[in-house]
Amino acid sequence: MPCYWWRDHGTWCSVLPAFCQPVSDAVKVRMDEGALLECEANPEVLTSDTMDQFRTFQMCERLLHSPTKLGSQLLYQIPAQNQIILIERYYEFDSVFAREVLGKKLSKGTKKDLDDISCKTGITLKSCRRQFDNFKRVFKVVEELKGPLVENIQRHFLLSDTLARDYAAIVFFANSRFETGKRKLQYLSFQDFAFCAGQLISYWTIGAMDSMMEDMDVDLEKEFLNELKDLKVLVNDKDMMDQHKILVCAALRGKIKVYKLMEVNFKNLSRALINLASKLTHTKDVRDLFIDLVEKFIEPCRYDRWTVAEITLFLTHYTNAAHCLGTFRHQMIWDRYMGVIKSCILQMYHE
Amino acid sequence: MPGKLKAKIVAGRHLPVMDRASDLTDAFVEVKFGNTTFKTDVYPKSLNPQWNSEWFKFEVDDEDLQDEPLQITVLDHDTYSANDAIGKVYIDIDPLLSSEAATVISGWFPIYDTIHGIRGEINVLVKVDLFNDLNRFRQSSCGVKFFCTTSIPRCYRAALVHGFVEELVVNEDPEYQWIDRIRTPRASNEARQRLISLMSGELQRKIGLKVLEMGGNAVVGYLQCFDLEGESGLVVRAIGTACTLDKLIPGTASNTITHTNTHPNTAPASNACNSPSKEIKESPLAHGCRSSHNSPVHSACSSQRLSHSQNFSVSVPTLVFTGTVREKYEDPTHPLSVPPTPLRILPPSSSPPPFSPSKPCSRQSSSSDTDLSLTPKMGKTPPPSSPFLTLSCCSLILSGMGSGISVGKEAGPLKTLLRQQAQSALEQREFPFFTLTCFPPGFLVHIGGVVSARSVKLLDRIHNPDEPETRDAWWEEIRQEIKSHAKALGCHAVVGYSESTTICEEVCILSASGTAAMLNPRFMREGCLDAGGSDQRLSRQPPLSMVGSERAEGEVSSSWLGFDDASPPSCGFCHIPYDEFNMPFPAQLTYCYHCRRQKVPDVLFTTIDLPAEAAVTGKGCLIQARLCRTKKKAQGEVNATAISNLLPFMEYELHTQLMNKLKLRCMNALFGLRIQISVGENMLLGLASATGVYLSALPAPGGIQIAGKTPSDLSYDQHISTMQKRINDTIVMNKELYNIHPPECIEEVVGSPIPDRQRSRLFRSTSESSDELSELDLSHGKKDAFVLEIDDTDAVEDIQSLLTDAPIPAGFYSCNTEVMPGIYNWTSGLQMFTSVRVYRLNNANLTNQGLNKIFTDLCENLLKSLYFKLRSMIPCCLCHLNFTVAVPEEELIQVRRHTPKNTSPILSIFPRNILLVHMRVYVSPVSSVDYGSFADRCSTWLELLRLKAHTIRRGSVKTISSSERCSPLPEVRSRSLRSTRSLPCGAPVTVVKMTPLSFLPRTRIVKYLGIINMFFIRETTSLREEGGVSGFLHSFIAEVFAMVRAHVAALGGNAVVSYSMKECVFMENPNKNQAQCLINVSGDAVIFVRESDQEAIPPLITSGQTSTTGADGTT
Repeated sequence: MPCYWWRDHGTWCSVLPAFCQPVSDAVKVRMDEGALLECEANPEVLTSDTMDQFRTFQMCERLLHSPTKLGSQLLYQIPAQNQIILIERYYEFDSVFAREVLGKKLSKGTKKDLDDISCKTGITLKSCRRQFDNFKRVFKVVEELKGPLVENIQRHFLLSDTLARDYAAIVFFANSRFETGKRKLQYLSFQDFAFCAGQLISYWTIGAMDSMMEDMDVDLEKEFLNELKDLKVLVNDKDMMDQHKILVCAALRGKIKVYKLMEVNFKNLSRALINLASKLTHTKDVRDLFIDLVEKFIEPCRYDRWTVAEITLFLTHYTNAAHCLGTFRHQMIWDRYMGVIKSCILQMYHE
Repeated sequence: MPGKLKAKIVAGRHLPVMDRASDLTDAFVEVKFGNTTFKTDVYPKSLNPQWNSEWFKFEVDDEDLQDEPLQITVLDHDTYSANDAIGKVYIDIDPLLSSEAATVISGWFPIYDTIHGIRGEINVLVKVDLFNDLNRFRQSSCGVKFFCTTSIPRCYRAALVHGFVEELVVNEDPEYQWIDRIRTPRASNEARQRLISLMSGELQRKIGLKVLEMGGNAVVGYLQCFDLEGESGLVVRAIGTACTLDKLIPGTASNTITHTNTHPNTAPASNACNSPSKEIKESPLAHGCRSSHNSPVHSACSSQRLSHSQNFSVSVPTLVFTGTVREKYEDPTHPLSVPPTPLRILPPSSSPPPFSPSKPCSRQSSSSDTDLSLTPKMGKTPPPSSPFLTLSCCSLILSGMGSGISVGKEAGPLKTLLRQQAQSALEQREFPFFTLTCFPPGFLVHIGGVVSARSVKLLDRIHNPDEPETRDAWWEEIRQEIKSHAKALGCHAVVGYSESTTICEEVCILSASGTAAMLNPRFMREGCLDAGGSDQRLSRQPPLSMVGSERAEGEVSSSWLGFDDASPPSCGFCHIPYDEFNMPFPAQLTYCYHCRRQKVPDVLFTTIDLPAEAAVTGKGCLIQARLCRTKKKAQGEVNATAISNLLPFMEYELHTQLMNKLKLRCMNALFGLRIQISVGENMLLGLASATGVYLSALPAPGGIQIAGKTPSDLSYDQHISTMQKRINDTIVMNKELYNIHPPECIEEVVGSPIPDRQRSRLFRSTSESSDELSELDLSHGKKDAFVLEIDDTDAVEDIQSLLTDAPIPAGFYSCNTEVMPGIYNWTSGLQMFTSVRVYRLNNANLTNQGLNKIFTDLCENLLKSLYFKLRSMIPCCLCHLNFTVAVPEEELIQVRRHTPKNTSPILSIFPRNILLVHMRVYVSPVSSVDYGSFADRCSTWLELLRLKAHTIRRGSVKTISSSERCSPLPEVRSRSLRSTRSLPCGAPVTVVKMTPLSFLPRTRIVKYLGIINMFFIRETTSLREEGGVSGFLHSFIAEVFAMVRAHVAALGGNAVVSYSMKECVFMENPNKNQAQCLINVSGDAVIFVRESDQEAIPPLITSGQTSTTGADGTT
C-alpha cells in the first residue's frame, strides 16, 4: 500500500484530518482546493479517488491500533519511512482537545462528553473520537507496564520522542486524575500541563529516583509524599521561619521591584508552599495540586504584579536559603520538592 | 519416483482471538500432504505461538509433489467442542523441484480463511529431497521450468524454440456437487481452492511431460486459464511455448556465448541424453517403482489411442529393436511400463544430445502438411494389438519424427494423457504457434497481421472428466482456423498467440488470436546452438534492449538470417510475407520507406510487442475501441445463434474504431492488440486495446475525410465540414503530442503502386461499407482474419465518439505493451495498480448508444482516476495497461447456492453489472532533456528510499544504511520524524515488487525462482459491514497481493515479474448481503539486483504496489 501519491502529494497527510468527516465533505474540500483543475479530473473521478483513500485508510487503521504490527504485517507493503509518518500522523492530536480531556477518566462516560468537546473546540466528532481512542489505547497498554513511561510508550507505539512525552503526560494525568477543569485553571494550556507532568514524572515517581527500580512510572512515590510532611518544620518552627525569611530578604533586597510586598507576604507564600507539600499524602489533595498552586501562590503573586523574573529569583533564593538553615535536616526532600514546584510555577505563571 | 518432503512449523504471530473469555488462542497446526497429516502440539494461550515443531516428513512420488500443494491448517484447540479452523496456507512446492530454482521455502505466510480473509501469519520451513530421477518413464516432469514471461527470460538464452504446448484438464466444480447443499460455504470454498490447485499442478506436470518429449526444458509464455462452466464443470487449460533454455552465467552474459551446462541435472532430458548407457541400466529399477499404477483398463485404452499414430510410422520399417520390445513386454509383472523402454533408449543412440533431431523439419513444413496431419485423426482404427503397437512406436522414433516419442512414452494410468500425447505427436507440428510476444532479434522475419478466430459453443455436462474430448475438439477446431488464416496470409507461424473464453450460462465463446508471421527457421533447428556469434545475439536479448540504442542491434548481419533477401531488422518484419498479386485482403502496398526494397502494407496490426529493433517515429499511445451491443434474452441454441450472428459485426466495428483512432493519431501500426468480447445475458461487450505507433517503414497514414450521405442538404454539409475541421485539427495536435514528424516527400522517389490513395481516404457511405464487408466475408473464409483494410464509418456518432476520447493529460503516456515505444529513459520507480470497478446498469440505458456511452465513460474514468492518482509523478508512463471486462450473469448474482434460484423481483429487473478489472504498471521516465526539472525530484525520491531499504534474504538480515546521503525530506514530514527510533520490532518484512512487465527497469534479474500460480476464493455474508462491494474487493485484492508477496519472499525472491490477474470473478447478492470473489494470479518469482550496484548488495527496493479498488455502485 505504499504510494507515492500519499506522500508526494500530501494527499494522505492532508486527507488524514479529512478522514474524520464524510466522504462528500472531503470531496468538497478537495474541490475547493482546486483538485479538479489537475489532470482533467471530474467530480466522479475525484469522488472515487477520495473513496479509495478512505478505504485504504480504513484498512490501515486497524493496523495503526497496534503500530508494532505495522512493521511485520504482510498485508501492506509500506516503506519504513512512510510507516513512521503514518503512525505519527495517526497518533497526533489537537492540544485543545487534549486539554479538555486532561485529568479526566478515560472511560465510557467521558466518551459521551465528546459531543460537547467537539462543539466547544470545533474539532469534528470523528476526530475527537480518534484522539480519545488513541489516548485510551495508549493508557490501557502502558498502565500496567513497569519501567519508564515514555520509553514504554515509544516501544509499543513507535512514536517520536516529543509525541511520546505528550502521551506520557496524558496517561499520567489520567491515572492521577489531576484537577484541570476548574475555571481558574482554564488559562493553562495543554503544553503547560504536559510540562508539569514531565516534571512530576521525572522527579516525583519511583522510577525517577532509581532507574533500576522496575516499578511503575505512573504513580507518585508514596514514601516521598509522606516524607514531605517533615517540611512542615519550616513553617511550624517560628525561629526557622524567621531565619528563612531573613536569608531570602537579604538575598533579594534591591534585586526585585516587589521587594516590599514580598517581605510582607513572605510568610503567607512560604506557608502556602509548605502546606501544599504536607497535604500531598491525601489522594484528594494530590489531585488539587494545580488548583492549589494557582490559588495559593500564583494568584497572590499575580495580584502583586510579580514578573516571571522576580518569581524565578524569589523561588531560587527561597529554595537555596533553606540549605543555610542550620537546623533544617531535610535537604534532599526539599530539593526534590522545590525543584518540581519551582519549574511548575514558572511554567504556569502567565496570563 | 519418490522424494522426501519436509516441513517444519516454526511460529505464528498476530493470530486472531479465538477464545473470547481469555482473549487468547490455543493454536495448533495440521500439516497435510496427499493423504498424510501431521499435527503440532497445542500452544496454549497465545496469539504468537512458538511451535518450533520437529521436521514432518512426507515420502511421496514426485508426481504428487508436482500436483499437490502442501496444506497447512491452523486450528484453535477446543476441549469441549470441535476445533475451530483459523485459516489455511497452501504452499506450492513446485519451485523446489527444480534444482535451479529455490532450495528452501522459508518465511511468514498469511493464514487465509475464505470467509474472514487473512488472520495472522505463520512461519514455515519446507524442503524437498528429490532422489535423482533416472527413470525415463515417469509421470512426473520435475525440472521443467515454467515462465509466465512471454519473452525469453532475462538470464537465459534460447538454444532452441520447440513450439506450442497445450493441455487441458476437466473436473466437476465442487460448488455444483450435491454435497454442496449440506456443507458449509467455507468447506465448499476450500474444496474448490484445493481442487483448482491440484488441477493446475496436474496440468503443469502434463505440459512438462510434453516439453520433455519435445526435448525442451522449459515453457515460456505459460498461460493458464480457468473456465468456470458452472453446472457443466470446471476446465483448467494452459498453453505455452516449449523451449530449450541455457542459463547464462551472470557477468559473462554480455561477452561470451559459453554454453553453460553447469546444471546438468536440471533438465532431465538432456541429462538422460548425456548418459545413454546409464539409462538402460536404470530402467528395470524404474519399473518397480511404477508398477502400482498399471491397470489393464488403461492398457487397452491406450493401445486404442496409440493406434492412430500408426499412420505415420508404417512407412519406415525399422525393426531393429523389436525383439527387445517384445521380450520386455511379455514380462507379466509390468505390462504397461515396459513398452516405452526401448523407445527411450533410442533417442540417445540415434540423435545427438540434447535436441530432437527432426523438429525443425516438421516445423518448417508445418503449414503445408496441415491437411495431412489431420487425416490420421479421422483415420480408421487398426487392430489394437499391443506388440504391434510398440513396434510402430519404435519405428516412429527411428524415422526421425521427434515428437512421435510421445506416443509410446506415456504408459501411465491416465488415458487422457495418453490420448493427448498421441495427438500431441500431430499437434506439435500441427500448430506452429508461439505464445511469446517478444523475440530474440532475428527470430521474426515478416509479420502478416492479426489472425483471430472465435466460436460460439453450447456447454454440456462433461460426463467423463478423464475424457475432455469435446473441449479438446473445440480448441482444436479454433486452432485449425487460426492456422489456415495464417496460411492465407502467407505465414507459416503464429506468434503472440493466446486463447480465452467467455461464458454466460450455457453459451461459451472461445476465442484465439495471434499474429501471423514468418519466423527464422534457424531458431528451431538444433544447429543454431553452434551458430557462433550470431547465436549469442538471440540469447542475449539485453535486459533493456529498448533502452538507448535501438539501432545498435540494427546491424545484425543479414547473413545469418538465412534468407536471401535479407532485410534490415529495423523494417524487415514489416515486409509483407504474402504474395503481392494475390493479396488475401485489400491493402495498399508501397515500397518500404526504410529500405525501399520490399513491399509493406499501409497499416500493420499485431498482437506482439514492438520488436526492439524496430524503427519508430515519435511516441506510441494506447488506443482503445469499446463497443456494446444489446441482444435479446434467449436460451440455448437460439441464444448461441444470436450471439454468433452478432460477433462478426462487433469485430468489424471494433476494427473500424481502432483504425479510425489510429489514423486520428497519425499512426500506422498497432502492437499488443487484445480484443476481448464478453457475453452477458442481454448484451455483448467488446473491448479492444492496443498500442499505436508510427513505424518509420510504413507509409504515412492518410487523413480522415468525412463524406456525408446526403450532400444536398446545406446545413448538413456545414455540419460535416466543421467536423472535418475538428478532425483535421485533432490530427495536427496529435502529431505534435506524439512527436510524429515523418520525413515527407518520400513517395515521389519510390514508385508506389497506388500513390494517390494513401494521401486521403474517403469514407464511403453505408451502402458501400456493407458491400465491402460482405466481400470480405466471401474472401475465401477469412472473415475473422483481422487484417481488414476498411476506412469507413457507419454513422456520424461514430466520428463524434472518435473525437470525444479525452486527451491524455500532459506528462502522461500510456500503452498496453511492455515498453512505451519512443521512450527510453526509465527510472526504477515502478508501481503496479489494480483497479476494479463495478457498475450497475439500470434499464433506462439499455440502448446501444446508451450502453456505448456508459461503457466508454467507464473506461475513460478508470484511466482518468489513474492519471489523477499519479499526477504528482509526472512525467510518467502507464505500461502494460490491461483491461478486462465481464458481464456477470443474472443467476450468478446469487452467491450462496443454498438459496433457491429465483431472485427477488427487483433484482431481476435490474440487469447486469459490468465488472471491470484491470491491472497496470506505471513507470516514470526520468532524466531526459525534456524532463530535466522533474528528474531531480524523482531521483530524490529514489535516494530517499535507498536510505531506507532493508532487505532480508534467506533469513539473514542485511540493512543498508547510508549516511552519506541525506536526502531532503519533503516538507510535510520533515518535522522531527527522523529521530533515532528503530522500526517496528524484528526483521523488516522483505519488500517484494510486483509488476506485469517481464523486467524491472534499471535492474538485472539474476535468478528465476519458479512460477507463482495461485487461486483464491473469498466470500462474505456481511458485505455492507465490510464496506460494500468496494471495500470487500479492495481488501481481498490487498490480501491476494500479500499472499503472493509472502510466497515470493519465502522462496527468497524480491520481485514478481510478468504478474497478471488472470481471473477475477465477482458475484454478489446485495439483498442477502453476500458476495463472493474468485481471483487467480500468476507470475514469475525472481531475484533482481539494481544495475548500479549489482556486484554487492542484494536488492534495494524502492516501492511496492497499490491496489485501488474503485467501485461506484450507482444504486
